[in-house]
Amino acid sequence: MKFVKAFFSVGITFLLIWVLETKLGDIPPLGEFLNPVTGFWQNAESKNIMPTENLRLKGLYGKVIIKYDEHRIPHIFAANDHDLYFAQGYVTARDRLWQMDIQTRSASGRLSEIVGPKALEIDQYHRRTGMVFAAENALKGMFKNPVSHLMIVAYTDGVNNYIHQLAPENYPIEFKLLDYAPEEWKPINCALLLKLMSEILAGGSDQFGMTNNLKRFGAQAVNDLFPDYPFHEDPIIPIGTKWNFKPLPIPKPSASFMAQMTEGIKTHEIIDGIGSNNWAISGSKTANGYPILANDPHLDLSFPSIWYQLQMSSPTVNVYGVSLPGSPCIIIGYNQKISWGVTNVDAAVLDWYQIKFKDDTKSEYWYNNQWSKVKKRIEVIKVRGGKPVIDTVLYTHHGPVVYETEAKKPPGHHGNIPVGNAMRWLAHDESDDIMTFHLLNRGKNYNDYREALKYYTCPAQNFIFASSDNDIAITPNGKFPLKFKDQGKFILDGSDPANDWHGWIPAEQNPTIKNPPRGFVSSANQSSTDPTYPYYINWKFEQYYRGKRINDRLGAMKNATADSFRKIQTDNYSILAQDVLPTMLKYLDRSKMNNDHLTALAIVTNWNKHYDANSVGASIFNKWWIKLYDTIWRDHFAVKGIILKTPSYDRTEKLLLTEPSSYWFDNVHTPAKESGSDIVNIAFNSTINEMVKKFGKPGHKWQWGLVKKTYINHLANLPGFGTGEFFAGGTGGVINALKNNNGPSWRMVVQMGPVVKGYGVFPGGESGNPGSFYYSDMFKTWKDGKLNELLFLNSATDNSKRIKSTLVLN
Amino acid sequence: MLFLIILILSFICGFFLPWWVASVVAFLVAFFIGKTSLPSFWSGFSAIFIVWAALALLKTLPNDNILAGRVVQLFPLPHNWIWLLLVTAVVGGLVGGMAALSGVLIKKIFRS
Repeated sequence: MKFVKAFFSVGITFLLIWVLETKLGDIPPLGEFLNPVTGFWQNAESKNIMPTENLRLKGLYGKVIIKYDEHRIPHIFAANDHDLYFAQGYVTARDRLWQMDIQTRSASGRLSEIVGPKALEIDQYHRRTGMVFAAENALKGMFKNPVSHLMIVAYTDGVNNYIHQLAPENYPIEFKLLDYAPEEWKPINCALLLKLMSEILAGGSDQFGMTNNLKRFGAQAVNDLFPDYPFHEDPIIPIGTKWNFKPLPIPKPSASFMAQMTEGIKTHEIIDGIGSNNWAISGSKTANGYPILANDPHLDLSFPSIWYQLQMSSPTVNVYGVSLPGSPCIIIGYNQKISWGVTNVDAAVLDWYQIKFKDDTKSEYWYNNQWSKVKKRIEVIKVRGGKPVIDTVLYTHHGPVVYETEAKKPPGHHGNIPVGNAMRWLAHDESDDIMTFHLLNRGKNYNDYREALKYYTCPAQNFIFASSDNDIAITPNGKFPLKFKDQGKFILDGSDPANDWHGWIPAEQNPTIKNPPRGFVSSANQSSTDPTYPYYINWKFEQYYRGKRINDRLGAMKNATADSFRKIQTDNYSILAQDVLPTMLKYLDRSKMNNDHLTALAIVTNWNKHYDANSVGASIFNKWWIKLYDTIWRDHFAVKGIILKTPSYDRTEKLLLTEPSSYWFDNVHTPAKESGSDIVNIAFNSTINEMVKKFGKPGHKWQWGLVKKTYINHLANLPGFGTGEFFAGGTGGVINALKNNNGPSWRMVVQMGPVVKGYGVFPGGESGNPGSFYYSDMFKTWKDGKLNELLFLNSATDNSKRIKSTLVLN
Repeated sequence: MLFLIILILSFICGFFLPWWVASVVAFLVAFFIGKTSLPSFWSGFSAIFIVWAALALLKTLPNDNILAGRVVQLFPLPHNWIWLLLVTAVVGGLVGGMAALSGVLIKKIFRS
């Protein structure tokens, strides 16, 4: 009996410990996680900060002094450039190690290693689009340049110095939750991170949908509905700007056929409304006589924040701004001579080529009237709790064949093996983009800015510039392929050399403008130029709404200050509503409306066209417009089993405003023949009916800030680690482009002058640790549309009351 | 006595040894000085319960409980960090209690 009792007791004890030591599904080992000695409690940071800290690190050449201000933003002072980037790597890892790890894992298709089979699809996508191949090429380019080489290697050493001294109890909490350990940082990780940015900003495509459109509706309809230049536009380089260069001959369009569209390839579609704003105004229009520059890049917002703020100083540089955790240098920022910022250029740098293989072995493909060898790249994806998945990716000279149909074909689907498409993507090419930022960080004037831009390839950006010499400029910049017009608008025949990219637009012929007569420069992802620019960059860009509003406001501006720029950054005015609302109202038939409809109509009629958080009119207009848009196009473009691309808002505007009896208004599923005004009425009625049903009678529950969902999640979507939903204004097509979890990821305003003053904020905080007081301390300032005054120190001995602690590395 | 010794030893070990060492401590102490089953269990339980709660409090109080307040939302618990503290302490307590019970029961086998 005693024996049995003891046996059971010991057995249960072991079982208990085993359960607490084991990862069960997504639940981390609870004993490991909960115990106060090594578990998550250890990640709770004390509010008492040590005023000074000294650390000995291997690999530094000299002493580095790091001052932390009240937002725990590091101000690094190093005796040489090596130590500067070393220290940047070290402090970034200290605050953001898990973010750096998960982002590079994601980019390189290695998530399944830690979360198991559920990440397999996303891993395969990254492997098959050649993300690692791209990063390898980028690293090759960077290592050829001794300057970039030094930055990458020093940064990597700094990160690894932090990782090596990290005890398991101090691992960031996400490692504990996902039950894995950080691994050594490699130089290629820096490149992977930049490729991730290329994927986000220049990795979408709509050629599939466009090719299907062409087959379904014919060339005439497609040219009409998907024009190469929009109805409304206010291009970045002002209309009428003369091009003072002799362009290269434009390549001839190929005679080849349009590729067959045989499969529903899943890449992510280009999502409208993603974008960013930047602008700079000349000293003639500002209160202090020097330029002011503003930038707010829009991205998917997350915790830990996308950006990491810091000041970096060595004998060659003293710069302030935001960096990407995992990459050296400041990406957007300012020094005491210049300031710069970026927005995305929607350049066509990703094209699809239909490939004709010789046989089932797929070892040769047809190109230029002969068979060419396919290169095979084996991808091994390790899977936690399972066998590794081995994938062979075929590479043509265009690039990888992303989607191999045979393996992916749904069962029972017989017939010919559909031919896959190869991806030609600029991000796969050798490049040294980091050098651009190295030079901008040290830039002193306009010439330095122009020199820095030459190194930049992808993702193409509108680089805006302002200097204390009173220059302003903007350059839609990157490596742009030399193409015939519309090359890549549809899938291309990969066997015809005439379809290959024909070289590059010379960097100095990229569109650019310096000190234009109107006294300002700006961009919001719209068309780079008017149609007189000799080269083809893309057939479509982000629509003009934000750009137009920025230009309207800057045009009217006098005696501008940093605060006037802050107000523009948070402007919610809708140009779309300005364009279409009067016509929509004009078409409404008031005779059959009930009380709710009339109330709603009165509200939207009196609406000031601002997407403010408390605006009811915004909610009504927004839903009404989307309904209208859907009702116009859905019957033609929502076809089961085929991916079609729907026309833009801009084209829809043209239809509504200038073609009220167009064929496209008619609903093909009804016997009646609908006109524009019919559709406007149908859309209004169902909008109000649905809103009454969902929110009750028109009232405070209809406020835009409640109707629109706005939130910031943790990168791993952990409940409690994000902000939850919050009440906020803004939307996709207004300057304050905040919608769902996408919006201004960093707002910066820089006043140039003898002493440059910067203002900025991002949603979140410097620390990536949810147990830190600096995890989300800047969120409220950002949400309230305010900016922090940025602390720029001239030297390590520069005293400021805002410095709270000092870290010395040697 | 049993309670106090487990408490002190596991508190000290807690700073430099893995979490499950608490069970070894409870087991050994009960093996050598434990007498009866149920009191041994409760001694082990309450000692580790208190040690884990105290160690957790040492971390979470200077943190204004912001981390625990977030982490508790990952669990099917009311959104108050106190619950997480309780769960932590109970888990530790159960391990300590079962280990102490095992210690005293094994001892009884050798006695007979």
